[in-house]
Order: sequence, then structure tokens, then C-alpha cells
Amino acid sequence: MAVLRPAGEFDTSYAYDMATIRRRWQWAVLFAFLAALYLLPLYASQGLVALVNRIAIAIIAVQGLNLLTGYTGQISLGQAAFMTTGGYISALLVNRLDWPFYFSLPAAALGAGVIGLLFGLPSLRVKGFYLAMATLAAQFIIPWFVRNAYKDILNGAQGINVRAPVLFGLEFNNPQRYLYLSLTVLVVTTIVAHNIARSRLGRAFVAIRDHDLAAELLGIDLFRYKLQAFFLAAVYAGLAGALAAHQIRHLNSETFNLIDSVTFLGMLVIGGLGSSLGPILGAIVVELLIEGATLIGPFFISVFPATAAGAVQALRPLFFGTTLMLFLIFEPRGLAHRWQIFKAAWRLRPFSY
Amino acid sequence: MNWQLLPQMIATGLLAGGPLALMALGLVLIFKSSYIFNFAHGQLLLLGALITWWLAVPRGLPLWLAILLALVGVAGLGLLIERLALRPMTGQPLLSIILMTLGLGQVLHGLALLLFGGAQRNFPQLFAVANPYRITLPFLINGNPAVIILKQNLVWSFIIAILGVIVIGAFFRFTHTGLAMRGASEDHELAQSIGLRIHRIFGLSWALAGVVATVSGVLLATSSGLDLSLSVTVLAAFPVVLLGGLESIPGTVVGGLLVGLSQGLVSASKVQLVRNAAEIMPYIVLLLVLLIRPEGLFGQKRIERI
Repeated sequence: MAVLRPAGEFDTSYAYDMATIRRRWQWAVLFAFLAALYLLPLYASQGLVALVNRIAIAIIAVQGLNLLTGYTGQISLGQAAFMTTGGYISALLVNRLDWPFYFSLPAAALGAGVIGLLFGLPSLRVKGFYLAMATLAAQFIIPWFVRNAYKDILNGAQGINVRAPVLFGLEFNNPQRYLYLSLTVLVVTTIVAHNIARSRLGRAFVAIRDHDLAAELLGIDLFRYKLQAFFLAAVYAGLAGALAAHQIRHLNSETFNLIDSVTFLGMLVIGGLGSSLGPILGAIVVELLIEGATLIGPFFISVFPATAAGAVQALRPLFFGTTLMLFLIFEPRGLAHRWQIFKAAWRLRPFSY
Repeated sequence: MNWQLLPQMIATGLLAGGPLALMALGLVLIFKSSYIFNFAHGQLLLLGALITWWLAVPRGLPLWLAILLALVGVAGLGLLIERLALRPMTGQPLLSIILMTLGLGQVLHGLALLLFGGAQRNFPQLFAVANPYRITLPFLINGNPAVIILKQNLVWSFIIAILGVIVIGAFFRFTHTGLAMRGASEDHELAQSIGLRIHRIFGLSWALAGVVATVSGVLLATSSGLDLSLSVTVLAAFPVVLLGGLESIPGTVVGGLLVGLSQGLVSASKVQLVRNAAEIMPYIVLLLVLLIRPEGLFGQKRIERI
């Protein structure tokens, strides 16, 4: 779809043409929204703040997945395994070596990225189903390693307790305080992801997604760019995993599991592949769905007592799976695409085209 | 290596390969006819076992009737899935189809949990549990005669699984419908243009996959009990499919036996860490296959053109 600009607005400079946020009122709306988010602890309940935390962490993981799956077209079922990697690295550095959080977080990102590179290696030879399987292998091998290797440090299947991060003398030990941390990381990572996508790197990614052989003939180094995409996705997963681990304060091999990886892919599709708005919308919708299932659960049990205690756990995959399937059938380009259509319609109003 | 245990572990590993092959068969069936890799096979298998259990235990039907009804039920479910979920996806990109089967798996998982609950259940025994088969090998290890003990239910599961693979393989090879399925998998449009009703063929292969899933679900439930984690067992069959080749029915048997054998060999190790690696052995095999020979042992190598 061509970019529709309102009448009377002219691109007088290159910078203005490329700007993501173009008008002054858009900046104002953005800052008002961010301010409302940052001030959330002042007026919202603890439950809502915790939910926003979860959404923020999910968005970070899905932004990374979007770079790999949405832009580069490589399917990954291993995002949760890289979160486990990042979570353990940061937790151990803080717990054992007393590293400050602002060092352990980048270390977690980098460590997860390196592991991501390792499991991205098969992508050079295989794609599609085969690649999904290769990343699925990560989803089994990494948790197995955590359960069985170095039991004195990793503490096997029981997992480890994680300290709350301390930054500049402030301990982030409740959801309200943690919100500042996760929101800040979220804002930075989203800006970075958005700009990677429209840089030289992002254009190479898109070329590989659209036709990898053709991209190679154009001189795009598949080896380099595919591995970079895997690295970036795992870095984002590492950040998200570290943030989640320090928030939950406990970590074991099943904290982030295969279902989470599938959920991230679902968020990406529901939000819209290949747009930095997609992961945000998708993560919000899916987390709200899961939250809704948790709320409806007790009511559901009172109406159908036969289903008993499993109902809440049953409703989550049911809601999520149904939504994912409906989106795949009726709007495979996701909510971000819907939003584009809506914006275009608004600009053309009262004409239909 | 624990030589004393080695023959036993090899035998158990090979026997475990039978059910693995049967699970892989369900995946290959759908892949062969419609070029879809079904990530929801595990949940299909779980539902088959749960329906059998529900008919046989709370309803009190005889076991053979329960299995028969479950076979019909899950075959119907397969048809329904093809019609409602996969047919709209015809011609969609691979990622969408993969996600469709993943989403389908979530829905089926939720349904299973909602309808049957998550409790661990005792599945009625198909085969006698007592007096396992004892085979004395004709050589000595450390001065003792080597004896292999084989549980009856494992042996019979293995035999049924291998029989199932042979029957389905013969169906593909010798029947008219099987030929039509093979034709449809080659090229959907070409198959349509010579008058094959490919949607009916896809539906049939999903129904068949439902039947195979139920059989393997029942076999697994008799040997390892029945709870929701049964669906995860199928993930160990993915490496089998890749090792054998995505299009190959004999490949499922060879792949199943090799993966089972690799697990058995690792279990015979003396080092605790290596022994524990038995559970991830399939995935290590998978990574090796992907790196060395991505098309598998008997799969077709696809050449891409621009």
C-alpha cells in the first residue's frame, strides 16, 4: 500500500521523509502515552502493573522473533530456550559474582545471542519445516543441559532463586518498581528493532525472506545475514529472559517452555509479521486473552462443574489457539495491517478510495 | 559403557523404535499427501487414547469396541480438521501452515483438558504385564550368560506398530486410493487437472492419520500410562521422520529403530550425565541429520529453481 500523506504535508527534507514520527502532535501523543505508562504505579492496581510488566517482557521477546521470522522469514521454535539461557546467565552473574544488573543484562543478551548463533547454524542448509525442527531441538537440548549439567551451580531441575536487581541503590523488588526497568528496556529495544528493520541489515533480511536464492544472486551474503538474524533474535530473547527471571525471582528449566515459544509465534502472527507495531499489538492481545481466560475460568467452573479444576489451564490454550487459527484464516497479515487499512480509510474520509 | 547392560538396552531401545515408527507414520501420511507437517499430531494421539479410555473405563464398554469407536471418532475429527482448518490454508505460505497446525495443537490440548481433565489415569492393559519374555543369549558377559528381559506389552506394541507401518505402506503402494494420494502429493494442480479430487484425498489422509494416531496413542498408553504429557512423546518422532526422510514410509521404520537404538546405547553408559542424555538423544540425532544429510536417508532431494 502506498504511503498516504495528508494533504498539505510536504517532505521538505530527507530526514523528514524518513521520520517515523512526523508531526508535533504525534510526538505529544507518544510522550503522553509513555508518561501514562510510566506513571501507571501511581493510579493502577498491582495486578494491572504486573500484567503490563508481563506484556512488556513478551513484546521484547516477540520483537526479536519478528526480526528473525517476520523480516528474515526463518521460523524459530526456540525463542523460549534462548530466554532460559539469558535468564540463567544474568541470574548466575548477579547471584554468584555479585555483578551489577546493568552489566549482567548485556552479558545475558550476548550469551543468549552466541547460543542462538549455534542453533542458527542449520539455517544455512535447511529451511521451512526443517528449520522449525532444528530450533525445536534447542527447545529440548538447552533445558536438558540446565537440568543435568553442573548441578552444583545450576541446581538441576529445582532451579535457582534469583535476586531482585539493584540499580543505583534502588532495589527493584516489586512490580511497581520493576515496571520502570522493563518499560525502559522495552522502549530502547523497540526503537532499535524498528531501525534495524529499515537499515541496510533490515533490507537484506527482507530480501532473504522474499526469495533467498534471488537474494544470494543479488550479492547478499546469506551466511552472514541469516546468522545475524538468529543472533539478534536470541539477543532479544536473552534480554527478555533476564528481565523475566529477575522479576519472577525464580528460574528453572521449565520457566520458559515450548508453549511460550509457540505463544510468541502466535503473538507475532496475530499482531502482524514484518512490522514493529505487530509484536506490540500481538503481545497485548494475547496476554489480555490469557488474562481473560484466567478471569473467566472460575465462572466457567461454576457453570460446568464437571470440568473441575483443569478448566483455567484448558481455557488458555483454547482461547489462544482459536484466535491464532481465526487470524491465520481471516487476517494472516495481522492487526498491524488492519491498523494500516484503518489509517488509510481515515485519511481518505469521506471518500472510500 | 556398561557391557552387562548393553544387550538389554539395545533390545529395549529397538522395541521403543516400533511406537516411534508408528507416530512418524502419522506425520509422513499427511506430509506425503498434502505437504503439511502436522505439529498437532501429538494432541490427536492424546485425544485418541483419552476417548478410548473414556469409552472403556467410565462407560464400561469392552476394550475392543472402545478402540474401534475411538478410531472412528478420531478419523472423523481428522476429516473435520482438514475441512475447517487446513483447507482455507491451501496455497498459503509455509509459515502460516506451520502456525496453523501449532494453533490446532493448542486448541486440541485445551479441548482434551476441558473434556477429560489433567489427571493421571490407569489405562486398561491390552497385554499381560506379568511374566516378561526372557531370552538367553548364546554368549557370556563377565562369566554370566546374557539374559534379555522383554516386557510383553513392549513386544506386542512393537509388533503392532511394525504391522501398521507395513499395512499403510502396502496401501500406498498397491491400492488405487494410495496411488491417488501419491499423485496428489507430487503436484496439487496437476493432480486436479487429471481429475483427482484432491480435497477428498487430503480429508482421507487426515482421517487415516487420525486412525494411526489413535493406534499409537493406545499402544503408548498401555505401556506408559495416560496423561496429558502423552502428546509431548510425539516430539521424539520428529527426528525419526527427518532421519527416515519426510516422504518415505519404510524410512519411518528404519528411522524409528535407529533413534530407539541410539537412546538404548546411551542408556547403557556408565556415566550419569550420558545416561540422562537418553531423553534428548532424538534431538541430537536430528541436528546431526540436518547438518549432514537434510533430506534424510530415503527422502527426496529437492532442487530449487528461481
